[in-house]
Amino acid sequence: MFESLLHHYNYWMFIGLMMIGFYAMMAKKNLIKKIIGMNIFQSAIILFFISTSVKGGGVTVPILEHPEGAQGGFVDVMKYANPLPHVLMLTAIVVMVATLGVALAVVMMIYKRYHTLEEDEIALIRRKQGLKC
Amino acid sequence: MIPTFNFILILFLFVCAIAAITIRDLLSAVLVLGAYSFFMCLLWAQMTAVDVAFTEASVSAGIGTVLFIGAVSRTERRSKD
Repeated sequence: MFESLLHHYNYWMFIGLMMIGFYAMMAKKNLIKKIIGMNIFQSAIILFFISTSVKGGGVTVPILEHPEGAQGGFVDVMKYANPLPHVLMLTAIVVMVATLGVALAVVMMIYKRYHTLEEDEIALIRRKQGLKC
Repeated sequence: MIPTFNFILILFLFVCAIAAITIRDLLSAVLVLGAYSFFMCLLWAQMTAVDVAFTEASVSAGIGTVLFIGAVSRTERRSKD
């Protein structure tokens, strides 16, 4: 029981980091803190996908050792880690930075207008102006 | 079982993640987040995903931290929570 829980330790660390990020996104009032939480959340998910590509002992990086002499055109896949999650997650990292840039730009526009980054203070200002919040 | 080096990296990851969301000074929180990204990159290099590791080191720990520092220096540094 305990052994099987420990075997899938990547699930536990993924869930722990994801919940830390989710807590920051939901419970923190500061907008920059929310973005930090989003960053932690996204990299936790990428960590989960990368950890599924890990195989047992004696596995190296997915680069072919002898490309010309791969025995009769066959490649021993058990010698290399699975490269498919790596390729997918490379795209996800770039998307992560793009969302980060857009989120920071929106936060700077909000600061220009309300001169604060706290969510409750922004709601108070909007209520005083008679707007919905 | 968990290799010892991976275990230390995971411990540092959790410490950095919790510190990044609890520190009230936003500039310090952002720098701790950069350290978090770099530990994540080391963990991926340990998991033989070197291409993802160096993309993370250059893009998320590099440009992400620079963007964060720019945004924090143009807005305010104090946070209430």
